[in-house]
Amino acid sequence: MISLPPLAPPAVVTSDALACDLACFPTRDQYFALVSSFKDDGFELCADVCGVDYLEYMDRALPEGVAATRFEVVTNLLSLSKKRRVRIRVQAGNEDPEVDTLFDLYPGSEAMEREAFDMYGILFTNHPDLTRILMPEDWEGHPLRKDYGSGRVPVQFKEAPGPR
Amino acid sequence: MSEPTIRTAERVELLVGETSEGAQELQPRKQTGSDELGREVGAVLRLNGLNLDPNSIDYERRDDETMIINMGPSHPSTHGVLRLMLELDGEFVLRTKPVIGYLHTGMEKTAEELSYVQGGTNVTRMDYLSPVINELCYSMAVEKLLGIEVPERAVWIRMMMSELNRVSSHLVWMATNGMDLGSTSMMIYGLRDRELVLAFFEKTAGLRMNLNYVRPGGVAADLPDGWQDDVLVICDTVTERTYEYDQLLTGQPIFRQRLVGVAPITAEEALALSVTGPLLRSTGVPWDLRRSMPYLAYDQVEFDVIVGTYGDNFDRYAIRLNEIRESLRIVRQCIDMMPKGDYRSQDAKVTPPPRARIGESMEALIHHFKLFTEGFHVPAGEVYSAVESPRGEIGCYIVSDGGPKPYRLHVRGPSFVNLQAIPLLMRGGSMSDAITVISTVDPVMGEVDR
Repeated sequence: MISLPPLAPPAVVTSDALACDLACFPTRDQYFALVSSFKDDGFELCADVCGVDYLEYMDRALPEGVAATRFEVVTNLLSLSKKRRVRIRVQAGNEDPEVDTLFDLYPGSEAMEREAFDMYGILFTNHPDLTRILMPEDWEGHPLRKDYGSGRVPVQFKEAPGPR
Repeated sequence: MSEPTIRTAERVELLVGETSEGAQELQPRKQTGSDELGREVGAVLRLNGLNLDPNSIDYERRDDETMIINMGPSHPSTHGVLRLMLELDGEFVLRTKPVIGYLHTGMEKTAEELSYVQGGTNVTRMDYLSPVINELCYSMAVEKLLGIEVPERAVWIRMMMSELNRVSSHLVWMATNGMDLGSTSMMIYGLRDRELVLAFFEKTAGLRMNLNYVRPGGVAADLPDGWQDDVLVICDTVTERTYEYDQLLTGQPIFRQRLVGVAPITAEEALALSVTGPLLRSTGVPWDLRRSMPYLAYDQVEFDVIVGTYGDNFDRYAIRLNEIRESLRIVRQCIDMMPKGDYRSQDAKVTPPPRARIGESMEALIHHFKLFTEGFHVPAGEVYSAVESPRGEIGCYIVSDGGPKPYRLHVRGPSFVNLQAIPLLMRGGSMSDAITVISTVDPVMGEVDR
């Protein structure tokens, strides 16, 4: 079992049984405080932030007490001093997913959060520059969402509409 | 007489403000929030909260005395389609903002539509300079989900191939860095030597780049006959030539003036920006996943982790040059210690039957057909695996719902993250230093945009 850092908010659900790695499951309100306590505890590097859309896989295994939502934000923290990783999976909401930004703790999470916004439309509160990063800025929709429909836009050269 | 139309700042705002999600470009200072402004000028460490007044930075220069220019996306020094927007005061860089996405092809979306067997062909195209390491990261994640063991020989083949790949990637870096600094002979030499490694890849895997050689369960093919000689020739030739490059570049006065003391970064700043790889090691942090969190058999070979002191361009150059030597040292040990045995797992679930069996056994034919049409099912779960690529930590996060295709595949590209250090490194330097900064950060745009 993971030992949570001393300053972590109480009642954060943790689990190491689900997959091969250790994971914490904070709520949206606990998220920032939890990451903050991990940072104080020696996790110097925010290795990765990404979003997941669980629209077609809502019955995924989660520890007891965690209500599954459609969107999830997965944060991987790395401690250089302890040589350990910890994964934080926060349920970000169903309709308008929104979590706090980690920008104030780890400025390096900026681009990764922008990517999660771009691909999934997950909003990061207080992010300094939440704009699209990989898609053109006038793009409609968020392409990695499961209901986005790849192949919806006809591709040139393949069943391309004729001239006129 | 009609008045001439002047594109003032307000007009620019109108031009880009119409789009749905806001502008990605570098904006005039008065339209930029203080947090964003802080990023663009490279203020990373915020001890008591950053409080920048847009008008108070560079107070000696007003907005109308500076110039916002575009560099890229098609610029010979940007190593692909990287677009930088720079605010210049004369020749000196005040603010920088990288604008990326020009090479975005939705590879993470594609990955959700490819089975685990096909997935390797997709990830290998992300960081096209280190395909083996991409495949390794992906395969390790899939194997972790499957819970299968890889035979000893496959582990060592993987290790040798990824070290050779690191050599070839760093040689390309030496080449392009030389070219950016005006040493065109270095470019020819670097690409020439890299060809040695690629020729061996071709002999082993059939392709020079985008090998799809490391696959879940092992590697695609055994090493060719007489591989020891080929690899020894590579080791001897490239080792000797690194000393030539040492002579050619390291003491060269012009080269040193362009690199020494230029664009320094501290360890705290690098960690705050999540920077990994040679860029982090140049600041003196001895963080190398091969040593710190060993995977494959890196705990059984001897090598040194090269660290710098000042975090400047020259340290990053020296680290990469020496990492070539260290990688070759590992390769030599791999030749000596290469175990015998299978080169891929004998688990019939993930490994196709040998070609000879297909002609005589119905079961083998069925297995083969199932494996290449439907693919294998992977137990539900999620996993993050990370390995050390030539550019830093490459991570692969896979969510499986129990089916034959990944539900979600995310790749943490080291170049994508390292690119965030560019505003910090460029601040205050001249335009010509900006070129060296892009070069020593070593972004591979295929991986940045995915």
